[in-house]
This record gives sequence, C-alpha cells and structure tokens, in this order.
Amino acid sequence: MVRAWFLLAWTWTRAAAQYPGTLLAMILGAAVSTSLDLVAIVILFTHMPSLGGLSAAEAGFLYGASQISFTLSDVAVGSTDKLGRHIRAGSFDAMLIRPVSALVQLAAEDFTPRKLGRLLPSAAVLIWSVPRLDLSPSDLVLTVLMVLNGAVLFGGLWVLAASVQFALLAGHEATKAFTWGGASMTQYPMSLYGQDLVRAVTFTVPLAFVNWQPSLYILGRPDPLGLPEFVRFLGPVAAVVVCLAAVGAWRTGLRHYRSTGS
Amino acid sequence: MILLDGVSKRFVVYGKRGGLRRERKVVTAVERMSFTVAAGEFVGYLGPNGAGKSTTIKMLTGILSASEGVVRVAGLDPARRRAELARRIGVVFGQRTTLWWDLPLKDSFALIRHLYKVDRRRFTARLDELTELLGLGEFLGTPVRQLSLGQRMRGDLTAALLHSPELLVLDEPTIGLDVVSKATVREFLARINTEEGTTVLLTTHDLGDIERLCRRVMVIDHGRLAFDGTLDDLRATAPADRTLVVDLAPDATPLVPPQGIRLVRREGPRLWLAIPPEVSAASVVARIAASHDVVDIALHEPDIEDIVTRLYGRTPQDQYS
Repeated sequence: MVRAWFLLAWTWTRAAAQYPGTLLAMILGAAVSTSLDLVAIVILFTHMPSLGGLSAAEAGFLYGASQISFTLSDVAVGSTDKLGRHIRAGSFDAMLIRPVSALVQLAAEDFTPRKLGRLLPSAAVLIWSVPRLDLSPSDLVLTVLMVLNGAVLFGGLWVLAASVQFALLAGHEATKAFTWGGASMTQYPMSLYGQDLVRAVTFTVPLAFVNWQPSLYILGRPDPLGLPEFVRFLGPVAAVVVCLAAVGAWRTGLRHYRSTGS
Repeated sequence: MILLDGVSKRFVVYGKRGGLRRERKVVTAVERMSFTVAAGEFVGYLGPNGAGKSTTIKMLTGILSASEGVVRVAGLDPARRRAELARRIGVVFGQRTTLWWDLPLKDSFALIRHLYKVDRRRFTARLDELTELLGLGEFLGTPVRQLSLGQRMRGDLTAALLHSPELLVLDEPTIGLDVVSKATVREFLARINTEEGTTVLLTTHDLGDIERLCRRVMVIDHGRLAFDGTLDDLRATAPADRTLVVDLAPDATPLVPPQGIRLVRREGPRLWLAIPPEVSAASVVARIAASHDVVDIALHEPDIEDIVTRLYGRTPQDQYS
C-alpha cells in the first residue's frame, strides 16, 4: 500500500514538474500563506506576554507541532477530501477497477509537493521555540513521537471525514470543520477555549491529543481541566481509536457505495 | 467465466417532498438475474437506458455489491475480492476515461504496469503489440486531456489490456466515435477475442457493434433478462416494423395508407409509415409511387431499441418526437 502511494505520488509530481515555474511558485505561495497564521500569533504576543497562561515559546511549540502534524497528514491522505467530487465525476469507479486499494489511490490522487511548502514556517517556529524551553533529551524524543502521533490522528480524521462523503456527496465543506478546523484549533493553547469545548475535543473528536495533552506533560504544565496524569499519554490510544473508526467508516461507505448513473 | 445466480440490486432513493420531509423509495435496478458466460465467448449486452446494464457491469467488476444472489467472475466474488479480480479483468467505460487526465499516455501505461505488477519484458512486448494494432504511436507522448475521443478510447483499450486479462468488459466503447475509429475498435476487439481467447462482454446501443462482433446477445429490460440467444434469433423472436418516410409533392393527392400499413405521423407533406415485418417494403414503395406524386422516399431498418421494445409487446414510442 505504501509502495503504491509513493508510486502514484511520484507520478503526480512528475506531471506537476512539467511546469517547474508554476510548481515552485505554488510551494512558495503555500509557505507564505501559512506564514500569515504565524504573523497573527507574533502580533498577538507583541501585545500580550502570555497566551492562555503560556509563554510565547510554549505557544510556538504547540503551534509548530500541530502544524507539522497536520501538514504531514494532509500530504499523505488530505486528497481523500475530494471523494465526493470523484464520485460525482465517476472517476472513483475508475479507481475501483484497479488492483490497488481505492483509499490509497484517492489519497495519492493529484499529489503535489506544494503542500510540503507549509512545513517551512511551522518547522521554523518549532526550531525557534525548542531552545527557549527547558527540554530534556527524553522530552525531545517525546516531541517527535507527539508530532508523528498527531499526524496519524489527523490522518484518521481525514479518512473519517472522507467516508462521510459516501453518504453526503457535497459534504466536504461540513467535514472540513473537523480537519482544517481541527488544525486551526490545535494551533492555539487549549486553555484559551471554554472548558466545555476542550472537554468535547478531548472525549469526542480527540483533537486535544494531537498536541495539547502530550505538551502539558512535556512542558510540565498542570491540566486546566484537572484530568489525571495518565491522560497525557493517551495520544496513541486516541490515534488508534480514530484510525479504527476511520477504517470502519470507509469500509461501510464502500460497501454501500452506489456509484452514479450510466 | 461469469456466473450470475438470482442476482438483485436495489437502491434506496430519497425524493423531495417539500421542506425537510423526504420520501423513501426502493428502486430495483436488477431483479433476480441469472446467466453464465463461458470462457472465450463474445457477448453483446443490450437494453434501453436505465434497464440495468451498467448496474450489472458494476456488480461484475466489484464496484457495486449485489443486494442478493451470487456473482462469480473468474471464480471470484467481485465485491469481496475486487483488487484480486482487477488483475484478471480489463474494464473500459466509453463515457469516461480510466486514464490519468494530466499524464501523457505512456506515463499512464507505465503506472499501470506497476499497479498491475506486470513484468517489464512482457509489458514492453505487449505495449509494442497494442501500439501497432491500435496505431497509438503518434500520440503516446500526449497528455490524455489533449487526445481526441477516438485516440482516448484506443488508449483506454490499451490500458485495459496491458495486463492480458482473461475477461474484457466494455461499456459502450464506440459511443461518439467516427466511422473509422469505430471500425478500428471493432476489428481490434474481434482480433483479441479470436486470437487471444479473451472473453468479451460488450454493452452498446450500436447495432453495428452487435452485428459485427457478437455471437451471442443478451437483452435486459427493467432489470430482468428478456432474451438470450443469437442476433438472428432475436430478430425472429421480436420482428419490428420498418419505417418508411415519404415526402409528397406539395400538390399531391392526400395519401391513404395501403391495407395493413399504419400511418405513424404526418407533418406537412412528410409522412411516416410503419411497415410490418411480413410485408415487402418494395411493394409498398411501388404502390405509393404509382398513385402519388412523390418527391423523396426513405426506408429505416428497426434499431435495437425497437426490437427490445417489441420484445416486451409495448407500444413502440414515437422515436421522431
């Protein structure tokens, strides 16, 4: 499956590389537009010394980690977002007649290195914030694991959101609330939000496990919700649960897939 | 090669009933269909639009799962073992391409080689062979979106055959093609069926495709198998009227249809007459020409839809409206 994904992604990259100027401009464009988020955060901190009880370096740590996780997941499976469009155009049928998982084909469809441009500003922020925090080597290892786990969790959310489109063909605007919305939400410290919202993203759509809960441990902060210590380490559990739900939803959607006329 | 036993496919459709209320309706696209196709056969699969042709094909290829009944293609249950089956069958949709829109044809083929895990030597030999047979040479480097319909269809056929499938399923492969492209495609299909022994299942609205290619014809209507036999048998079972179009001179005497001939439609000086199969068209033409001042006269053979319509004893719809 991984091999097929890279094969398809490589083919799409080559197709995109037929117009090298455009490709470069798009990568830079993605980097610039993501940097605007960053500008907003910098402006915020020039006016306030702390955000939700966190220092600039800590907030930057959360921002960078969340953005890298999200971008990695978007690069890997973000194209599943276009399922509804492929179903309507009939191109999803074409994926179903090939001997490779339709999910893999959908995920790699239209791959462009442009999305990788978004890694630049988020990596820059993370690299800026880490030396300003008092992190042990084991904390750094945990940070890497947290980012990867966050990517898997977001990846599960993408697929879950895509599976909804089997039932709601034009549902991608609604499901974006959970993918892009989740990415925006996790950029900021959760202590900014109302407690009920934070409970919701801890126990239902487990966005709090992308970066917030593990970071509380890494940064040595108490949980504003007062959840017990072991919750900080439930990230992998949340990721596994989301991925299992995603696989289940995808299979169910595929089994009830109705195709389009003709 | 193909086995269907008591296969049905039902869809649930929601109709609008104003406001947020929705009406739930079950539509049966295919109903208790059973047939078998042996290896090496060339079968035409006919039926009017909405009869369930595409639904059947989608069940055979594993895109849709059957609501009930048994489907077996090359011994496999398509919906459950779709990926495995994909390696053994080729599918072409005439209405849309299965190639990658932005990739040059040869890159699409190279990708297919990897996806289907075709050995490089066999792939090269096969591609050379297909390139020659279908005349792909001049546009192998062109992105699919820039190909003409005929070129694209030849590209799609090649893509479906690169892995040397045992079964080729074609959904209206000649739709919209010009006469030359149609001939190329037909000749090619006949060849891979006879020389390589590939089983072919073909849906089409084009009677020419059927006459030229299919030894066996299956007709489906309202989701049921209505006929299964040769084309001649089909014509004999359900003989359909031919249509005679007569243009009278402006000052000609009004035409009274001869005994046994039905006047289908009249539009100014032009008349449409239905000639039953047992009546000789020549005698009708002669009688009309003898007694009336005729400007022009044309005879239309019944097309496949008429035959299918007759098969069901429905009143033939006015096809000129």
